[in-house]
Amino acid sequence: MPTFVRTEKCDGCKGQDKTACMYICPHDLMKLDKDGSDTGHAMKAYNQEPEQCWECYSCVKICPQNAIEARHYADVVPLGGSVQPLRGTDSIMWTIKFRNGTMKRFKFPIRTTAEGSIDPYAGKPEADMSKIEQPRFFNDENGYRAGDPSELIRL
Amino acid sequence: MAGEFGNPEVVEESVDILMIGGGMANCGAAFEIMQWAKGTDLKIKLVDKAAMDRSGAVAQGLSAINTYIGTEQDPADYARMVSNDLMGITRDDLAYDLGRHVDESVHLFEEWGLPIWKTDENGERHDGSKGLTPLKDGGKPVRSGKWQIMINGESYKWIVAEAAKKALGIENIEERIFVVKLVNDKNDPNRIAGAVGFSVRENKVVVYRAKAILLAAGGCVNIFRPRSVGEGTGRAWYPVWNAGSTYSMAAEAGAELTMMENRFVPTRFKDGYGPVGAWFLLFKAKATNAFGEVYMDKNKDMLNDYPPYGQAAVPASCLRNHLMLKEMKEGRGPIYMDTVTALANLRETLSPREVKHLEAEAWEDFLDMCVGQCGIWVGENIEPEKKNSELMPTEPYLLGSHSGCCGIWTSGPTDVGAPTTEDHAEKDKIPSHLPEGWNWGYRGMTTIKGLFTAGDGVGASGHKFSSGSHAEGRMAAKAMVKYCLDNDHTPELDTDVDTLVAEIYQPVRTYMEHKDYTTAIDVNPHYITPKMLQFRLQKIMDEYVAGVATYYTTNAEMLKVAEEKLEMLKEDAMKMRAKDLHELLRAWENYHRILTAEAHMKHIQFREESRYPGFYYRMDKNFVDEENWKCFVNSVYDKNTKQWTCFKRQHYDLVDKSKLFK
Repeated sequence: MPTFVRTEKCDGCKGQDKTACMYICPHDLMKLDKDGSDTGHAMKAYNQEPEQCWECYSCVKICPQNAIEARHYADVVPLGGSVQPLRGTDSIMWTIKFRNGTMKRFKFPIRTTAEGSIDPYAGKPEADMSKIEQPRFFNDENGYRAGDPSELIRL
Repeated sequence: MAGEFGNPEVVEESVDILMIGGGMANCGAAFEIMQWAKGTDLKIKLVDKAAMDRSGAVAQGLSAINTYIGTEQDPADYARMVSNDLMGITRDDLAYDLGRHVDESVHLFEEWGLPIWKTDENGERHDGSKGLTPLKDGGKPVRSGKWQIMINGESYKWIVAEAAKKALGIENIEERIFVVKLVNDKNDPNRIAGAVGFSVRENKVVVYRAKAILLAAGGCVNIFRPRSVGEGTGRAWYPVWNAGSTYSMAAEAGAELTMMENRFVPTRFKDGYGPVGAWFLLFKAKATNAFGEVYMDKNKDMLNDYPPYGQAAVPASCLRNHLMLKEMKEGRGPIYMDTVTALANLRETLSPREVKHLEAEAWEDFLDMCVGQCGIWVGENIEPEKKNSELMPTEPYLLGSHSGCCGIWTSGPTDVGAPTTEDHAEKDKIPSHLPEGWNWGYRGMTTIKGLFTAGDGVGASGHKFSSGSHAEGRMAAKAMVKYCLDNDHTPELDTDVDTLVAEIYQPVRTYMEHKDYTTAIDVNPHYITPKMLQFRLQKIMDEYVAGVATYYTTNAEMLKVAEEKLEMLKEDAMKMRAKDLHELLRAWENYHRILTAEAHMKHIQFREESRYPGFYYRMDKNFVDEENWKCFVNSVYDKNTKQWTCFKRQHYDLVDKSKLFK
């Protein structure tokens, strides 16, 4: 199910050197066709290697113009369905359309904190260098499971 | 100075610690390392071939955290489960150590904002946005299995990466840098001195000198011909960008590999490879043959052929495949997940509100981590309450963090009773420069001084998944700080920079030199495209090394043919072309795939038994031989002679496995 870019919606991220989809694609598939020599559509992005697309939807979710969708892979899936997300800051909304026209909508939470709000070491202790060779991490989140020592049969 | 395509800019940089890969393992390392490194002046850098927000195996998200021990189970229980699922040959020290640390990472994920499902006092389940008591303070997770907990995990990686990036500092991270080669130390071939790679965005080669390196660049996908060969090629079960870089770069640096014969052949929803765990464990669905017969019941006696691994409450994953393959081979396919009956049964006891929630849960399971499966369902008009879905065993995958255990031989903890010597019959065949026992200094270090690994890189363990990989990265981070404080040497590269640069850009030069020889860019006797090279690799592996074409069977004769063909393929890899930076990325990924595939083949050849029935069968040795082969198969690669040496290492139990069978 490779992703594709809607010609009328893509604005090439307003002429920046790098588009959001190029930035995010884990497999380096999205490419901005600056002069239109690859696709005939200058300053618009496209999926340069659709048969390597994992359908991870990273580009679909990040596109500021909602210009990217997926067409389920043609060598496997009958035409006509679509699965399209709208990712917000705390939830994601999915619109699902079946080949036979049936529609479903789902909304799921994606995070409980504000994006960008993580302060990784706030309230955390300093590392105790005298313990660097012992088990456990620098901090204690009440998740270390010391285990029953009698289970270790070679000790 | 900006480079040109044929003449890249060369950037040299010296750091103390280099982290290669931005997935879960290195995100864990990034968080842990900065606190230990505080006040030490250590210079630390992370490079990722993609963008950390969406890189690695968790890029798309996940619907569950598969390793959460909780307060009611012991790390020893976890080590036992890992061992049995991998047919008895795992390192209990590594699994146990991971088991005691992993929940610490899960509690951090929740603090950072990952929604984790909870069960309330009435036993009803709620999604993770409801603000119920956190796990850290005794909140009850929704178990979809003994070790798994359900999450709303669409942004799992995004959240974990945010914490990692903030911890490390954006100035210490460079994205879109693909490291393709490690470099040993000029004064000690068993020590790491640096790494080289290139930018996939600009014409730039990077040369790093480093005292310690954490190599955590994932497992290996697409060395076997996949079941879908058109656009569907990309819909690999594991991420298609995992190219075996971890294993191949470590091997070329001389690090000892372990259990590279192991593979994972997941049974998943056909073509979309959607997860089955929640269907089996949460929705209580059964898998059947075409006639509605439950093969796990019908073929139960076959489990007795593989004592004791078939006799645990949950038989090893490969054996579950083994029972299914009997139905397929004898013509009783397709195999189905009976979603209709499962959902009908659940509806009998649930309120309409709960039924609606249940339907959403079933879809979320795919939408959070495998949207492609939804694509199949909508295209084929499959509503799970009305129509069953086909299951299929996939093409083989190599990995060390999911239900597989191939990887690098890694130093473990010293306080759990691991052996420190070798005392078996064939110990003399272990190359003498390699350490004895299971710990030789620093947790997470390979047999190359200063080279560490985590996640998919650590072999002979498995079942760490996302949370365990994060925790394992943290353990390695701590040990790397200690290593750097103990080893104050200046790394010197054993190869000069010009040679390294020339090697990395060879595919570009090959292209520029020969491109005008023919009128068709892709057909040229002087070079091979990375894509065709990958097809050749996949054909060899599929047909001779137990891919889907032969129902996962091979024998010594077939392996001999594969050996010859792979050698020629490895030679031809030197003639790969790259017409742009994107293709240079593919060229090096495929080089890494070839070496990983070769290791897999050599290990299967060496191990004269069929340890993983259902994942692969050596038909000339179609049995599990506990007497001669209940041992690790390890190997080292010589980058100069390009030859592998395989040998045995003894297996020990550090926890009592008989408890599984009581």
